[in-house]
Amino acid sequence: MRPRSLKAREARLAFLMLFPTFFVVVLIVIFPVVADFWIAFKNIKLGDLRPPRAVVVERIKARPKAPGDRMVVAYRVENRSPNPIAETRFSDRIPPGLTPLELPPECRMQGGALSCRLAGPKPGTRKEIVLVFRAEAAYFESGRPNPRASRPEVETRAPNPILAKPFTLENFARVFRDPDFVPMLKVTLAYTVFGTGLSILLGLFAAQLLAVRFAGRNLFRGLFLFPYVAPVIAVAFVWVFLLDPFAGTVNALLLQYGLVSGPIPFLSQRVWPLELFGLRLELPLALTMVILFEGWRYFPFAFLFILARMQAMPKELFEAAKVDGAGIWATFRYVTLPQLAGILATLFLLRFIWTFNKFDDVFLLTGGAAGTETITIKVYDYAFARADLGQGAALAVVLFLILALFLALYFRYAPRGEV
Amino acid sequence: MGFLLAALTGALAFLLAYGAVSLSAALFLGLETRLIAALPLLAGALFGPLAALAAPRKAALGPYLPFAGAGAMLGAFLPGALGAGPGPGALAGAAGGALLVYGLRELALFPPTRETYERLALRGLRAVGFGVFVFAVAFPFWAMFVASLKPRAEFLANPADLSLPLEVFRAGLLPGLEKLFEGYRAVLFEYRFLRYIANTAFVSGVTTLLTLFFSVLGAYAVARLDFPGRRLMERAVLLTYMFPAIVLAIPLYVVFTLIGLRDTLGGLIVVYLAQTLPVALYMLRSYFETIPRSLEEAGMIDGCSRFEVIWRVTLPLSLPALASVGLYVFMIAWNEFLFAFMFLDTPEIFTLSRGMVALNSQEVPYQYLMAGAVIVTVPIMILFFWFEKYLVGGLTAGGVKG
Repeated sequence: MRPRSLKAREARLAFLMLFPTFFVVVLIVIFPVVADFWIAFKNIKLGDLRPPRAVVVERIKARPKAPGDRMVVAYRVENRSPNPIAETRFSDRIPPGLTPLELPPECRMQGGALSCRLAGPKPGTRKEIVLVFRAEAAYFESGRPNPRASRPEVETRAPNPILAKPFTLENFARVFRDPDFVPMLKVTLAYTVFGTGLSILLGLFAAQLLAVRFAGRNLFRGLFLFPYVAPVIAVAFVWVFLLDPFAGTVNALLLQYGLVSGPIPFLSQRVWPLELFGLRLELPLALTMVILFEGWRYFPFAFLFILARMQAMPKELFEAAKVDGAGIWATFRYVTLPQLAGILATLFLLRFIWTFNKFDDVFLLTGGAAGTETITIKVYDYAFARADLGQGAALAVVLFLILALFLALYFRYAPRGEV
Repeated sequence: MGFLLAALTGALAFLLAYGAVSLSAALFLGLETRLIAALPLLAGALFGPLAALAAPRKAALGPYLPFAGAGAMLGAFLPGALGAGPGPGALAGAAGGALLVYGLRELALFPPTRETYERLALRGLRAVGFGVFVFAVAFPFWAMFVASLKPRAEFLANPADLSLPLEVFRAGLLPGLEKLFEGYRAVLFEYRFLRYIANTAFVSGVTTLLTLFFSVLGAYAVARLDFPGRRLMERAVLLTYMFPAIVLAIPLYVVFTLIGLRDTLGGLIVVYLAQTLPVALYMLRSYFETIPRSLEEAGMIDGCSRFEVIWRVTLPLSLPALASVGLYVFMIAWNEFLFAFMFLDTPEIFTLSRGMVALNSQEVPYQYLMAGAVIVTVPIMILFFWFEKYLVGGLTAGGVKG
C-alpha cells in the first residue's frame, strides 16, 4: 500500500469519527446563530410560528319545504391571522337529491362532493361563497338530511410567514429606542463584573483555607463544591425562600436580633437607602442579592482551580521565602499570588463571559424585576413574554456581538495551557 | 502591649463564639436567642491576659481544657448574653475559651513581634473564614431539608426556627414519619414528581450514553489520527463552549416548533448533546494523549482493527476519564433548566427542572417546593459523593460550564 493513500484513509476515518459531533454542533450551535441574524431582520411574532389557516363556516340560508324548493347554503371563508393566505381549498359532502342551480366559479360538483378553491382571503377578511340547490323529491324521501351534518374539510396554502416577511431594521430600532436599553447594559455590566469578582475572591479565600493539610480536608473540599454542583432550580428556590419577607428565615432572624425594624423585601426592592457616616447611599438591593448569589454559587469553580494550582506549587519557593525572613503576608503577596496570576486571569475571563451569558440564576431569583434585568433576561422578555421573536433575536444579535468582542479578547490574552 | 493584644484576642474570640452559638441555637434548636455583645466582649477581655500567661509554647491539648472549662463555667453563669438558658451559655463560653487558646498558642507575646501580629490575624481570618464558609455553604441545604418537613402553619409560627421537627414522633414512629414526609408524598404522587424523575433520568441517561459514544470516537480521531484542520477543531470546541444558551434559544424554539421537535424529550436530548459533546471530546482527547501509543500499536500488530483497539485497549485504560466525563455530562443534563423550561409544555414529559417551575406556579406551600428541591438535589449529591474523585477530575479538566 502506498503511504499517501494510507494518510488519506486516515484523514477519511478521522472525519467519519468526528462527523456526529460536527453535525450536532453545526445544527444546534452554528446554525441557530446564523438564524438569529435572519430572524432579527424580520418582524416575526410568536404567533407567526403557527402558519395561517382559513376557517370555513357553513350556514343554511334557506330551507326547502316541498320538492322543487330552493336550498341555499353559504360558506364563509375567514382568515383570522395577520398573515396572508395564498389559496384556500375546501370540500364538503352534499346530501343526495340536491341539484346545484347556481355554482360560483370557484366551486365544482362531482357526484355528491363539492370542492371549491379560492385565492386568499386577505389577512383579517372573509369571503362568502353562496350555493343554490333545488331540492328534488329524492331529498325528501331520504329524510331531509342537513347539509351541515358533514363538516367541510379545509386545506390552506400559505407562505410561511417566517420566510415570507420582508427584511426590516425595525427590530433593532425598537431595541435601541427602548428606554430600558442603557439601564439594562449598566445592570448587566455591574452583575457581570461584581459577580465574577466576588466569586473569584471567595474562591481564592476558600482555597487558602484548604491549602493547609489537615484531617477531613477532602470532606470540606466536597462540601465547598455543593453550591456549584446542585441544580440551579433547587438552590435558587431555597434562596428565594430564605429571603422571603414574610416567611423567610433571614428576615425572621434579623428581626429577632433587633437589627431591622421591619422585614426587608430582599429580592423585590430596587434600592435600599443606607445611612453611612452621614452619607446617604442608595444600595441596589435586589441586584446586590443576585450578585451575592452569583458569588455563592460560583466560588467553588474558582476555588477548585486555585486549589489545584496551589497544590502544584514547588515547596522550595516557600522555604526560600522563610529563610529570607518573609512574613505570612509577604509570602502570600510575593510568592503565592504571582504564581496564581495566570489562573486568576483565565478564571476572570472565563467567568466573566459565562456570567455575562447567564440567564437561569437571575430569572429564577427575581425574574428580572426590581432593577435586575440583565441583557439575557431582556432577550427572553422580548421574545417570549412579549411574544416578539424578531425583537428578541435583534437583542440576541447585540448580545452576540458584545460577546464576540470578549471572545476576541479572551483568545488574544488568555495564557496558553491554562483551562 | 502583649496583655492588650491578648485582651483584644479574647474579646474577639468570645464574641465570635457567642455569635456562632447564638445563631446556631436560634436556627437549629428553635430557641429565641439574643446577643448582648458587651458581655462576651468583657469576658473575653478578662480571659485574654490570663490565657496569655498560661499560653502553651508548644502545640498541646492540655491548656485547652482548663480554659474551655473556665469559659463554660462563666458562660453558664452569664446566660444573659444569649437570653437563652445556661446550656447554650456554657457551650458558648467553652467555645470562646478554646478559640482563645487556639488564637494565642505558640505566639511570642512578650513583646509581640511583627510575626505575632501576622499569625494572630491569620488565625482570626481562618477561624472566621471556616465558620462563615461552612455555614454559608451548608446552611441553605439544611434549610431546604428542614423546610420540606414542616407544614406552613408550623413554619410561620417562627420562620427563624430551622430545627428538625422531631416532636412529630410523639405520636409514634410510623405516624410521625408519615407526617414528616407528607410534603414528599404530595409532590411525588399528587404533583407527579415520580414521573418527572423517570423523565429526567431517561433524558440524562440517554444524553450521557450518546455523548460518551460520539465523544470517544471524536476524541480518538483528534488524539491519534492525522488530518487537516485539527487545530481549528480545537478552537471551535472552545468557542461553542462559550456560547450563550439564550442566543440559541430563539432560533431553536422556532425551528423545533416548525418541525414538531419542540415539545419532545428527543429534542431536548439533541440540545443537550450539542452542549456537552464539544467539552466531552476536549476532555477525553487530553486523556487519550496521555496513553502511550505503543500500547495501541501492539494491539494493531496483534491483528486488531482500529475499532477493536479502541474497544480493547484505549477504553479500558481510560475508565477514570470516562467516569469523569460521564458524570459531568449527566450532571449538566440533570441540572439543565433553560431549554427544559422553554421547550416542554406537556406535563407527561416534564423533567424535574420544568416540574419545579410548574409546582412553583401553582402557589403550593414552601414545604412542597422544598420537598421538590430536595428530590432534584439528592440524586446529584449521591453521585457527587460516590464519585467525588472522578467528578473533581472532570470539573478541573473541562471546567464545567455553569
